[in-house]
This record gives sequence, structure tokens and C-alpha cells, in this order.
Amino acid sequence: MADQDATVVDDGPDAAEPAPEPTPEPELLFGVPVTTMRGQVVLHPDRDGYVALVERLRSAGYWMCVDLCGVDYLGHPAGRWLPDGVTAERFEVVLNLLNHTEHSRIRVRLQVPADDPVVPTISHLHPGVSNHERETFDLFGIAFDGHPDPSRILMPPGWVGHPLRKDDAPARIPVQFKGAAS
Amino acid sequence: MSTTADRPDVVVETPSAATDLAALDSALERLRRDGATLEMSETEAEEQAGYHVPAEEGVGERMLLNMGPQHPSTHGVLRLVLEMDGELITRSKPVIGYLHTGMEKTGEQLTYLQGPTNVTRMDYAAPLFNELVFSLATEELLGIEVPERAQWIRTLMCEVNRLSSHLLFMATNGMDLGAVGMMIYGWREREELLRFLELVTGLRMNHNYIRPGGVAVDMPDGWREHLGPLLDVLPERLEEFDVLMTGQPIWRERLQGVGTITAEEAISLGATGPLLRSTGYAWDLRRDMPYLRYDQVDFDVVVGTYGDSFDRYAIRLAEIRESIRIIRQCMDKMPDGDYRIQDKKVTPPPRARIDESMEALIHHFKIFTEGFKVPEGEVYVAVENPRGELGCYMVSDGSSNPVRMHIRGPSFVNLQSLPHLMKDSLIADTVAIVSSVDPIMGDVDR
Repeated sequence: MADQDATVVDDGPDAAEPAPEPTPEPELLFGVPVTTMRGQVVLHPDRDGYVALVERLRSAGYWMCVDLCGVDYLGHPAGRWLPDGVTAERFEVVLNLLNHTEHSRIRVRLQVPADDPVVPTISHLHPGVSNHERETFDLFGIAFDGHPDPSRILMPPGWVGHPLRKDDAPARIPVQFKGAAS
Repeated sequence: MSTTADRPDVVVETPSAATDLAALDSALERLRRDGATLEMSETEAEEQAGYHVPAEEGVGERMLLNMGPQHPSTHGVLRLVLEMDGELITRSKPVIGYLHTGMEKTGEQLTYLQGPTNVTRMDYAAPLFNELVFSLATEELLGIEVPERAQWIRTLMCEVNRLSSHLLFMATNGMDLGAVGMMIYGWREREELLRFLELVTGLRMNHNYIRPGGVAVDMPDGWREHLGPLLDVLPERLEEFDVLMTGQPIWRERLQGVGTITAEEAISLGATGPLLRSTGYAWDLRRDMPYLRYDQVDFDVVVGTYGDSFDRYAIRLAEIRESIRIIRQCMDKMPDGDYRIQDKKVTPPPRARIDESMEALIHHFKIFTEGFKVPEGEVYVAVENPRGELGCYMVSDGSSNPVRMHIRGPSFVNLQSLPHLMKDSLIADTVAIVSSVDPIMGDVDR
């Protein structure tokens, strides 16, 4: 009790000083903010530094890009587990990279705004994500700038809409039975 | 050709995986220069199908050929658009999506307990691995560790599933190449293993056996008496396969040097599993990033040397032998104990408890109507499936069904190396190459 009082008294002159406690600098790894989620390392680049980051990671031993996928956080009530300074957007592109020599994985989460869902491609660095980028375009409508074959991959070529978006409800397509009175 | 005489089948040892950035860069450059992938939309490919007169520059005549989707050796519904120069394939493109049923979307509607019924239908030749990766991701989010016995049961069952999957490959690979008798033998052995899976899980396929928190039921009485004789007879049968195929000059001529790839190209293309190991690059998640109890069993990672279709065949044959080794160790080390975690919020209560305990009845009701809640977060978990790295990226918002459930299918990624494997090869080899990659279309299209 006495200790608490003492701190309150001490706070008075401290608060008067012009330097309030600055927000702690976000921890950086490979030059971008880093967090850990369940022990897994997650990097949060911005769109301008995204390709450069993947290139840097590739030089640092993350040779294989095992996975790339999109996430739609529309109406997401829970937290987004982002470090300070990274603004949450509706879409995310998530990359999983693998380091064969250190036997470690690293994840890259890139925020993609809903009004401009365009991301530069990394298929020139990792040709193995070419299909994943097409899939993400197909199912989320996130375009990959510079992709050599930006076509739909799983849905038919003439399909309208992007099924994995949260506002693209399943079974919205009316079912027509031949010969049935409608 | 008489080059086939004295080459070793596969290297059964454990060298360390190694390459460097310079080699990777030159592989990337090579892939770029090759331009093996035909960048043409599906509609264009249909319109332009057929013979094309030589271009003005005189590069030779071209023919655009649509192979599939209804083709017997495409393992389901794979369509290949091939650009041919005479009998040589110059560029090609796999067209997929004919089996797309939106399972990732479905996964968002189902609870974590229902999830395995959905994912098990993705790679239908290796369903237990799908259930496993889904369960591991859920458990990672929940922050729980399943009991020791459940870990060993999972390891054992997955290896039995790997056997059945590889034997299916033996059957279809033989059939694709004209060794039709092999089809019967492969299916026969596989069926015996499926009978064991049925004994344990109740179903031949799509088991829904591995669930978040453990496995559905304990091993039944007499499982050792059922599995033991099966493992005794398999090595003899594998020797029959050797007689029928491995040593045969026709078999070797059909596969050796066909569809080659280097380690660096495979890494750039994201290829995993036997496709990567055939290049001599020893990378197996079971050994290199162990999960379940693979760190407590002794086995070798089998690698090839030439990165061709024959190596991929021989690796799978040798992996069957390694899996038998693992299964025997699992049988020896299987401890007693719980087969699922005793956490009332995750595990349904035993049937008998429901009759006597109100609380058990409530838990049972809650778990099967609402499902259990999983703390918010996002994780990526990967396991080594018979075809390569099977991953699951799962995002939870704290409710009882995932916000996003993405499966990284090895077949989906491995399929991208087809254009490179088929570059400048004969059209007659197409079937051999597709077969050696062993794609399962359910996993590709999801």
C-alpha cells in the first residue's frame, strides 16, 4: 500500500516532463516487424517492401516457398495479432517459407486492402507459388501484379465472383431442375 | 541402349540435404529460359487445338493437343494442354479444377470436430494424413498434446496408410506403363492393408479416425495378429515386384532418363516428397522436422540419383520397406494408456458415462451440437504425406469453427513441375511422367 502511494507521488513530477513513455519500437527481423504466434515466427512487411523481403529471405536460406494463400477477415471480431504500426486490412496474403539448412519455417503476412486488392507477384523468385497465386486470385480476387498467367485455376473460366470471400455466400446460385415448374 | 545395365536402384542412406544459392539462382534462370509452361487460357487452348502451319520464322510446325480430362492415365480428371513439335512436347500446361468442390469453404462451416470428415476426402489415397494435419493444427491452436498411446497409434496408422498409398502407386504406375499384371498385384496388396484399416477405423477409406484430441477408437482386440502376418508377407511380394518390374529391361528403358529434374529446380518449383528426393536431395519432414513419434523410430530417408521417373518408382518401392520397419517399431513401442486426451471440453465422454452423469450428458450435447471453442490465433503445420509436404494453415477467431482452413496439397504443387519434366520429351512418355509424379486429383482440386 505504501509502495503504491509512493509511486503515485513519484509519477507527478515524471508526468510533467515532456517525454512520456514512448511506444516500444516493434521488434524487427529482416528489416520488418516480427511477431510470434504459438512459437511460429511471423513477419509483417508492407506492400512496397514485400518482394524485397522475399528476396532477402531467399538469400538468407529460405529457399522454398511451400505455401501461399489468402485470408478474408471481413467481419472478424477477434484480434488480428499484428505488431504496432501495421494496419489491419480486410485481406491477407500469407506465405510460408522453409529453410532446409536450419530446419525452420517463417511466415509472411501481408495486409491487402479491400479497395485495391493487388499484390506484386513473387513467382519469378519462387516459380512454385505460381499455382497458389492463381488460386488466391481465383478464390479471393486478389490480383498478382506481374504474374505470367493470371487466369482462374479451380473455378471455370467464366465464373463470376470469388468463392472464398466471406460475402460470397455458398449456395447462392439458384438451382434449376429441368422441367420443374418454377 | 545398353546404359541401363549396372546402375544402382536407389541410395538407401541419409546424406544431408545441401545446395547453395548460386545453384538455385542458375536453376531459376534455367527454368525461366526454358519457358516450359504454356501460358494460354483454357478457352484459347480449346479454340486453337489442332495443327498449325510453320510460323514465318520457320521454327517448325506446331500442334496443340488437349489430353484429358477424360483420359484413363491422368489419375482422375487432369487435362494437359500440350504444344507438340512432331512427337516432341515443346510446351505444356496442366489444367485443373474439374474436381473442385470447395472443401476449404466447406471447412469454414464445419466445427473442429466435423473438420476431419471434410479434409479426409481431399487426398483420398492417403486420407489419414489429411486428418492428421488438420488435427495437429487444431491441437496447436488449443495448446494441447495428445497422450503417448495416441501419438504411437497415429504414427502406426499413418505408416500403414503410406504403405497402401505407395502400393496404389505401384498398381497404377504399372498399369500406365503397360505392366497390366502389376495393377492386379498392387490392388491386391493394398486391399489387404485397407482391410486392416477397416478393422481399426471401421472404414476402408475416408476414415475420420484421427480427430483433434487423439483418435476415434482404441486399437481393436487382435490387431497385432492381423497386422503381423501382413507385414511378414509383404517383403516377399515386393521381391515379386522386383522380378516383374525393377529388373526388366523394358521397364527400365521406359523410365530411366525420362522426366528428369535437378534438386535446385525441384526446390524452386516447390516440389516435395519422392519428386524432390529422386534428385538425391534428402529432405523428409519425418526425419528433418519430426512430428508424432518419428524421432523415436529408426528409418532411412531414401534418395535417388538421377531425378528421373525410375528413381521416383524405386524410391517408393524402397519407402514401402522403410515403412514396414517403422510399423514394426511402432508395434514394439506401443504403450498402454489413453487413446485420446482426457479433456472434457474437447473429448466427448465415453458412452457409459452419459447414462450416469448429467455433466457428461451436457458435455456430450455441447460438443456435438456447438463443437468446442478453439482459442484465437493462426498456425501452419505440415506433415510428410506419401506425395510430399501436406500443410494446413488454420485461422481461428475463438469460435467453434475456423475462419480459414487452407490445405497445402503436395499434389497441387508437384503438378507444377510437369511442364518442366515433360519439356522436349516424347508424347509417348507423357503417361510415364504424369504417373511418376503420382498426383491425386482430389488433393489438387480440393
